Order: sequence, then structure tokens, then C-alpha cells
Amino acid sequence: MTVSTGSTNGVERTDLVSVTIDGVQVSVPKDTLVIRAAEQAGVQIPRFCDHPLLAPVGACRQCLVDIPDAGNGRGFPKPQASCTLPVAEGMVVNTQATSPAADKAQQGIMEFLLVNHPLDCPVCDKGGECPLQNQAMSNGRGESRFEGVKRTYPKPINISAQVLLDRERCVLCARCTRFSEQIAGDPFIALVERGALQQVGIYEKEPLQSYFSGNTIQICPVGALTSAEYRFRSRPFDLVSTPSVAEHDACGSAIRVDHRRGKVMRRLAGNDPEVNEEWITDKDRFAFTYAQQPDRLTYPQVRGEDGELRPASWPEAFAVAARGLQAAGATGVLTGGRVTAEDAFAYSTFARVALGTNDVDFRARPLSSEEAEFLAAEVALTHPDTGSPTYADLESAATVVLLGLEPEDEAGAIFLRLRKAHQQHGTRVLAVAPYRSRGLRKMGGQAIIAAPGAEAAVIESLLEQAEYGVDSTAVILVGERLATSPGALSAAAALARKTGAKLAWVPRRAGDRGAVEAGCLPTLLPGGRPVSDPAARVDAAASWGVDTLPDAPGRDADAIVAALVDGQLGGLVIGGVDPDDTSNPAATRAAVEAASFVVALELRETDVTRAADVVFPVAPVSDKAGTFITWEGRPRPFEAVFSNPASLPDLRILAGIAEELGHPLGFRTVADVRARMAEMGPWDGQRPATPSYSSGGGAAGAMGGVRIASWKQMVDLGTMQDGDEHLRATARMPVVRVPAAIFEQHGQLVTLTGDRGSVTLPAVINKELPDDVVWVPANSVGRGVLADLASPGSTVTVKGAGA
Amino acid sequence: MTSILTPVLTDNWGDERAWTLASYEARGGYDALKKALTMAPDDIISAVKDSGLRGRGGAGFPTGMKWSFIPQDNPKPKYLVVNADESEPGTCKDIPLMMASPHTLVEGVIISSFAIRGNKAFIYIRGEVLHVIRRVQAAVAEAYAAGHLGTNIHGSGYDLDIVVHAGAGAYICGEETALLEGLEGRRGQPRLRPPFPAVAGLYASPTVINNVESIASVPSIVGNGAEWFASMGTEKSKGFGIFSLSGHVNRPGQYEAPLGITLRELVDLAGGIRAGHQLKFWTPGGSSTPLLTAEHLDLPLDFEGMAGAGTMLGTRALQLFDETVCVVRAVLRWTEFYKHESCGKCTPCREGTWWLVQTLAALEKGQGSESDLDLLLDQCDNILGRSFCALGDGATSPITSSIKHFRDEYLAHLTHGGCPFDASRSTAWAGLEAMA
Repeated sequence: MTVSTGSTNGVERTDLVSVTIDGVQVSVPKDTLVIRAAEQAGVQIPRFCDHPLLAPVGACRQCLVDIPDAGNGRGFPKPQASCTLPVAEGMVVNTQATSPAADKAQQGIMEFLLVNHPLDCPVCDKGGECPLQNQAMSNGRGESRFEGVKRTYPKPINISAQVLLDRERCVLCARCTRFSEQIAGDPFIALVERGALQQVGIYEKEPLQSYFSGNTIQICPVGALTSAEYRFRSRPFDLVSTPSVAEHDACGSAIRVDHRRGKVMRRLAGNDPEVNEEWITDKDRFAFTYAQQPDRLTYPQVRGEDGELRPASWPEAFAVAARGLQAAGATGVLTGGRVTAEDAFAYSTFARVALGTNDVDFRARPLSSEEAEFLAAEVALTHPDTGSPTYADLESAATVVLLGLEPEDEAGAIFLRLRKAHQQHGTRVLAVAPYRSRGLRKMGGQAIIAAPGAEAAVIESLLEQAEYGVDSTAVILVGERLATSPGALSAAAALARKTGAKLAWVPRRAGDRGAVEAGCLPTLLPGGRPVSDPAARVDAAASWGVDTLPDAPGRDADAIVAALVDGQLGGLVIGGVDPDDTSNPAATRAAVEAASFVVALELRETDVTRAADVVFPVAPVSDKAGTFITWEGRPRPFEAVFSNPASLPDLRILAGIAEELGHPLGFRTVADVRARMAEMGPWDGQRPATPSYSSGGGAAGAMGGVRIASWKQMVDLGTMQDGDEHLRATARMPVVRVPAAIFEQHGQLVTLTGDRGSVTLPAVINKELPDDVVWVPANSVGRGVLADLASPGSTVTVKGAGA
Repeated sequence: MTSILTPVLTDNWGDERAWTLASYEARGGYDALKKALTMAPDDIISAVKDSGLRGRGGAGFPTGMKWSFIPQDNPKPKYLVVNADESEPGTCKDIPLMMASPHTLVEGVIISSFAIRGNKAFIYIRGEVLHVIRRVQAAVAEAYAAGHLGTNIHGSGYDLDIVVHAGAGAYICGEETALLEGLEGRRGQPRLRPPFPAVAGLYASPTVINNVESIASVPSIVGNGAEWFASMGTEKSKGFGIFSLSGHVNRPGQYEAPLGITLRELVDLAGGIRAGHQLKFWTPGGSSTPLLTAEHLDLPLDFEGMAGAGTMLGTRALQLFDETVCVVRAVLRWTEFYKHESCGKCTPCREGTWWLVQTLAALEKGQGSESDLDLLLDQCDNILGRSFCALGDGATSPITSSIKHFRDEYLAHLTHGGCPFDASRSTAWAGLEAMA
């Protein structure tokens, strides 16, 4: 798909500057650095500190070149660092390829760099993919003349729980410290000491806390920074690399999966300037071991006559599942938010074609019917070509409004892009939020304080306040949490419509956006077709090759749960749903128990699979091809990393069951599904109306308690972060943020008690929080807020728990 | 004989409590300020340009021209920063000046700030010299009390505040952009240029950075006229300067004389080389300026004369060494200094000084071979002009110049199996042991 990049080719063309590099004339945009102009002439100048996404520093001096003419007829008497020197019209550059002086200068620097660098390449993780090793070969002398004593340090030291530093290998290029300062904005990693004893250091009292620290490892040009996860695990030349797309959020970050003998060894950031540039979150980088856990399901199971699950063949499991679902009668489908677009299409098709129901929902979290209407009207079928905002738009927008979205925790690539936008273009970030979070501060953002549940009124007020600058040049990003705030999504849609601002919905999970397109909603068929529109149903039915489709809107996830509990539904097909994520975890567990027949499609053994009647193991993303749709609506297809015939995607399993049910879905493979999706295409008929729910006035203090603001932190107890204790150790310490009055009354340790239980956590003062609001991380202790503390929208009481 | 001297900055150093405002004003101190406040700022800049005053911190950049680079249409505040981080080995002119007559500097700061239209000035003093910091602070306080500083100075409508800042003891902070980093509270490491400080210096605002002696010379130029100043010195190196003689001379100290004076004249003024010894080598302006020998005694000590001999005038820190001193030992000590003071930012200086020390130390012990001299020279060639700032360049000067003039002495270490010199003979108490 081609997407508007926001780049202005017309301007660049008039701004070209002609330079001669090693006798080759090239035309490059004004202000291009010589080192990059040389790349266009086909000359690779060696470098260490230089990085295209970091500000020039000129520290390592490896990229010295000879400039016999600076464009003004005069040359530089000394070699110049090409990473800090912009081109000038008529400039003549002689690199190491043609200038003996430049070559000698580079060889001299390389020799100096190796003076204090250990010759431990045979045991160094970087050996084989090391810029120092490679450039020492290409631009250095074979033998060192240094016979003295090298600088040594005790090794290694922890920069964080995950990032380790071997100081003696460091060439002090400052890429890591500059990344932390310029890109991630996380302090407490800096160069300390001086001379050859200069080193990367941390502030012992405040550990480096960063969700992006893994990027420093990737851009380290030597083996000084390693991850606890990958250190000493593999050699680069033993790895096979496959490009893929990260599955942990809706950002669609490009990644590179490095694997060996059928096992993922590590993941690196891919380079996609349109999406994640060259950065990914630590979760995208390190959280892949969930698929390698011992509780991973590897074969189908059916519940035997003795009531126990037993292994079964695939054909038997398909048959048992089909028989059971037929017997169970009305069946609901819960897909979870981790599905690929193709799997989502398969669930949607399975529900309509094989089960004849609209009782299908991807939302395994608190939800509302207002949200379903919002998704159908404002989100489905939007993508960059239809004017939906992109990463580039975030960068060029004058104002970006975040509604119920904390990008640093929930969408890391958006956070980095917004921080860049703020730093480089002065973009103003506004957030309707309970307090000004650390992420918002790093984006220079302003918080418009809103208590949970009261967002709608605040969003409405943005319209009237011109000083916020929400106009047609603004971008509005709506988080999935807004579903729980009555009227907020309606208000957001109204704000976008009245101001002309671009609007996008940013869910947390990689599959959510694709599931909307695939119609995994009780009111929506694939391609944005409303269930309530007879023409849309006919259109979809024709594409699916069935006579009719159920015409009544289905039940949403909460209603499916309720209907299972009270017996209106008998069967349940359930994908990657963790009951603790849902609005009512106890009810969801009860629904699984109450259902007369449960088919579970899961990666690993869970409470749901233990209670299911047929359990199908599904392929993790590494084992299947698929597509994630980003929050922008941009499809991000990826191919399978591994070819594992025993690991089937959800769509193949659903196709198998459907065939046994006598309602074949018309596909068995990812390629088939892609063809069917293309064939069905987007709905070109009338779109559903935008919801206009009122805020209902909120329930401020109606119950006399304290309201809970909450979201999931990036690194928490999510099951897809299982298996890497180092990553989990980088999670932020769970605390309750409380307003000053509550802190003064109850002290440093508080117990919150709600309708589902109690949680005791350290309290931290936050003076921006409204008086009757406390913030807790949604899934950082126990089974999470919804299971252990309070139902969505309810209130809690606070008590001091100190000694 | 003393008629060669031109005491201007040092003229009042011998006065009773010369550092007090009363003493300074008794000699006409702050008269130049009053005169300057009646002048147009651009006229002061012109006067300093016309005087031919060149930066006294070592590089010799014309001071008036530096001031004229300040973009007056820039809406940001303009700053004057005085570089009082005197740290170059052998250099001892600014610290005595600030100790003896801090008001000379303060008056210069006020006039210079007025000329560049700055309302805030900073004096960045080397952190080790606490006594000097206190003295300058006291002088600034006195100047405020007397109305020379603050708002509406002497009814002129001009406001100025001076901040006296203590450095934290790093040689690199004498490099002007590293000094600015330090002043802003960061680690002292040089900044990438452009932008140059005149455009975006302290707090990204137009900034003039001048040496103490340059600024202290300004009141005399304003008071006596540019022609008076230009009448001294040589054609391209006008005016006077403080020459700091140290080492094996009988009367070490500060000698203020016109630029272009020769070392022979200065040594005569200082009572000659210590009895029974001859000059062997000397630095014209600190250890970063290539050293010279007795052959160069009659060269004019000005910017051009020193450049003609392949060295630099630098800070006029004339360190004199007689024949008892081992040049290899002296150069090793200096090189250890550069290794210790390298900030670590760039590779050639950081790693190069680390290696140079090891190579030199081996040579001093008589280890290695003649080829190590070529290795040393090649290391220096790979540092000179490759490093981020001039610290790396300076580190190579003593090595390349000493090998040029004293190659045989290096080789003698190899043949002798160690240093052929008796280090104790170069000490100040050499020959006195019997009396102790």
C-alpha cells in the first residue's frame, strides 16, 4: 500500500546541491551531511557515533575525509568529520577511496579505537555483526602497533535488569546515551568520568527506567551493551533472520526475528520509516518467550467420557467439536484481540456461516454498545488513503489530542513519534487524562484533567476553547479505554466532525483493528457492512456463498457471557481470551463453566482450556503468515517465520470444524482467506450513523467512594510477557497514585477495597488527580484490577495499611 | 633596564591593598568606565578594533572583531563570558591579575558588556583557586555597592549583572565551548561548531568569550585611546602583555612588556638563568606550544615571530629549563597531564594520550627501540588535526617539538638503558643538600 509520507518532493527538488565525491558528481538535498551524500555516491565512509536518527556529534572521528574544496574554492587544511559537515554547492570530497590522507586519518583513528578495545571477539555476542570488527577489517591495519596495557573493568554491570554493559568494549560513541536523551527521553544513563576512563554510567539511586532500552543494544556499534536475555545465547552467523511485525500493540512495528533451529533467539527492530522508524519497545523486542513455555499446547485434546481431557487427532477433534456445537445449540464466539486479520475474518465467517449467529465479539475487555456503534461508524474502513491519520501526520500536526490513551504504556511507537514531533516540530500534545503522566511530560504534553467517567464533558469543552487549537490541522487519537466512559466516544466523534480534525482509534492489541474490519462484532459484518442493513447482508451472503445471514444484531461479549450463564446460549467458541481481562472475570469463568459445550483455541494451557470440551492448539505468530492492521488502518502483512506443519492458525481449525458441521467456509489457508477478503471487499453502501450518546452526567461520588483510573502498563503481568524474567524486572513498580488529601490521611501504604476485593499497594502523591480519583496499574499485581478490586465504573474505599 | 617594561595591568600590583576599590579608584580606576558610558557602544568596539588588541588567551583572535560578530538584531540576550579557567601548564598571569587587581577585570567586564549590549556577564574562574574566586566576588560586591554594577549604572540607563562562577577543575573547561557547557551545568566537553558562540553560545544566545587579560586591557584602551595601545608592540601584534617566567631563572614572575620583546631581554630582566647553568629549552606559551631552544632566544615574542619558528605565542607562559633537565622526562610529565585532562569525547585525544604516555614511559626507562620515535611521531600525526578540539593538538606539541630538537637525547635513553640524567640536579635545592 502506498501512503502519503508527508515528504515534500517538490521542495527537495529545488533545493538540490551538487557535490563531487571521489570524482562522482551527486545531487543531494540541501543540508545533507557529507557522510550520507557519500552513500548516494556509493561510498561507505566508516563511522561509529553517527546514526541517521540521532543528532550529529562528531565524537568518534572515524569518518574523516579530505575536503580539497569546500565549495568556495578553498579546501580544509585538515581532514573533516563527514558526519557533522553539511554539503555545499561545488564541494569536493575525497574519501578513503581516493585520498591517501583520508585513508591514513581513518586508519589512525581505528588504531586508536582498538588501543583500549579487548580482542575478545571470539566470545563477544557482537562478533560477526560488529561494526567495529567489520570496519577494523575494511579501514584498519592488520596488526596493532600498541603493545601496552589496556584499560580494564570488572564486567559486566547492569544498566537495567535487562541491559548489561561491558565497559571495556565500549568505544564511547554515545549512541546509547544520545538515544535515551533524544529519542526515548529517559534520563539516568550518561557518560561519566573522563579521558580513557570515560564510561557509560547510571545513577545508582535511580535506575534507568525505560520501555525502549533495548534499542540501545541494537545501535551499539560494539558488543558493549547486551541483553540479559540474549547474552551468550547464540552467534550471529548461526541465525536466520525473517522480517515480521510486532504482535504486542496496534502500532505495527517492523521487527526482525532471528532464529536458530526452529527457535526464536532474539528480535530486533526493523527499519520502517513510515511506521516505527528504527525503534521498537522492549516488549516488542524481548517478549517472545511466551511461545516457548512448557505449558504450550501442541496437540488437540477432547474431553473423554471420564471427564478428563485426552489427546486427540486433528480429524477427531474437528468431528467432536462439530458434534458438540451442534448439540449445544445457540453458540457465541469470543475471538480475543490477538488475532491476525485473516484469523479474525475466519472467526467472523465461522460465526455467520457455520453457526448462523451474530453473537461474535473480539473485545475481551470492558466495552459498550456505544463503542460498537463508534467502531462501525468511525473506524471500520478508514485507512490512510481515506484520510485517516498516519504516523507522518502525527509528526506534522500542530496539535495532537489524546483521549483515554497513554501512548508510552499502550502504543510505544506512537509515543516515540509524538515525542519526536514535539521536539523537532513543536507539536502540541494535549491529553484528556486523570493526571499528567511521565510519558506525557516527556512529550511536553499538557493534561486536561478528567476523572474517569467524566471525559465526555471535558471533550465537549475542548470545542469551545480555541486556545487548545483543536482545528482541522489537529489529530485526535482515541484509546479503547474510552469505551467505559459514557458519551466519550460520541463526544470525540463530534469533536472531530465539528473541527475537521483527523480521528483515529488506537486499541491496545495488535488484532483489534483488523477484527473491526473483519466484522468480529455483533453489529458488523466484514468490510464495514452493517448487520442491520439488508443490502449489506445480501452482499456478504453472496460473497460467502450462503443464502441468508442472521438479520438480528448479535450479543456483545458481555451479553454472550450473561447468556451463557443463564442458559440462553449453550455453546462457546473461545479464542485467546483471558477471563481476567474481561469486564467481569468471575462471570466469564462462570460462563465457561456453564456452557454446555466449549471449544477453546489457545496457545497455552489456561483456565479456559482446562474447562473446555475440545482444545485446539493454535499457531503463535511466528508459525503463521498473517496481517496486523495498525491503528492507522495500514495493513502490515507478514510471513511465517517457521514452517511447522503441526502448528495451525485459527482459520484452519475453524475451517476444519465448519467442514464437519457441513458448512464449509470456503478457505483452508491464509492465502485462501486473503483471496476471500479481497473478493468481499469493503462495503460501498450507506455507513451506520455516528453514535450520539449523552454523558449521563457521570456518577461523580454517587456512591460516596473514590473512583479508579487505570490502564495497563507496558510491562506488566500480561501472559505474553511470560518467560523473560529480565523484561518483567524492568516493569515500573506498582503503586497507587493518590491525591494529596488521601495521602495525608492514609499514609504511604494504602488498601483499596472495591466490589471485587482489596488491593494493598504503596501510595504516591499526585497533585493533579481529582480529589476523588486514585490511579492503579490495571494488571501489575495479582490477577489485575478487574478481578481483584472493582468492576468498571464502580468506586472503592481507601484505608491506610501502614503499621 | 626596566624601561623595556610597560606596566599597565601590573602597575598597581605593588600598591597597599591593591585589590580594594579604594586603592583602585585612587589611581583613576573606573574613570574609563565613566568615559565609556558616554560613548556609543559601536565606538567602543571600533576603538578596540583599532587598538589591534588580540585575544590574550593564546589564539590571538582580534578582540574587537569577535565583538562585532555578535548579531545585534538577535532578540535573545547577549552575554559576555570571561574565561578565567587558567589551566595551561606554566601559565600564571590571569590568576595573579585577579588576585592583585580584580577591579581591573571588573571594569573591563562592564565596559565590554556595554559595548556588546549585554546585561549579564559571567566570570568563569578555575575552581581550585578559591582565594581568587573570593577576591573577585568581593570586588564585584564592592562594584555593586559603588554603583558600577546593577541597574542604571551611573545614570546611564545601562544595567549589568556579573556572576562569578567557580569551575570544577578541568583543563578542558578552558576550551570555550566546554566552558559554556560547564557554565550551563553540564559535563565539560566541547560543543560542535557551528553554531559558533557568537551566534548561539551560552543558553543558545549570542555570546562573547574572552580571556581575563584581554578584558582587563579594555579599560586602558578606552582611557588612553586606541593609538596609545597600538603604539606598543609590533606591527601585527600590538600592545603589551604579561610574560610569565618560571623555571630555572633567578627571579621568576610576571613581566609586563610590549609584544615583540625577546626572551633574552626577559631573562635579563629576571636576573638570568640560575648560576652556573645554561638555558636548554623553553616553552613560549605553555606546554601546548611547541618548545624552543637557546637558539631562539632572540626571536620576537609576538604572534608572527613565534609562528615563524613553528610554534605559537600562546599564553606567554615562558617555562625555562636548563641543561640539568631531561627533556624526555619533562615531555612525559606534560603528556601525563594531557592524558589526565582529556575529556574523553573524541577518539584520537582520549586513546592517543593513553597510548602516548605508555610509549614515552617505556622510552624514558630505556625500553623500546629507535623505531618507537617514528611510532610516536606517527601517533602524533594521527592526533594532530583529527581531534574534536585543540586539546589533542596541544598534546602532540611537546612530543613532536622535543623529538625535532632533541632526538639524540631520546636515543641516549635507549643506549644508556634508562634516563642518563640525575633528576635531583634540576631541583631548586640542587647543590644545597650538604648545607641541610
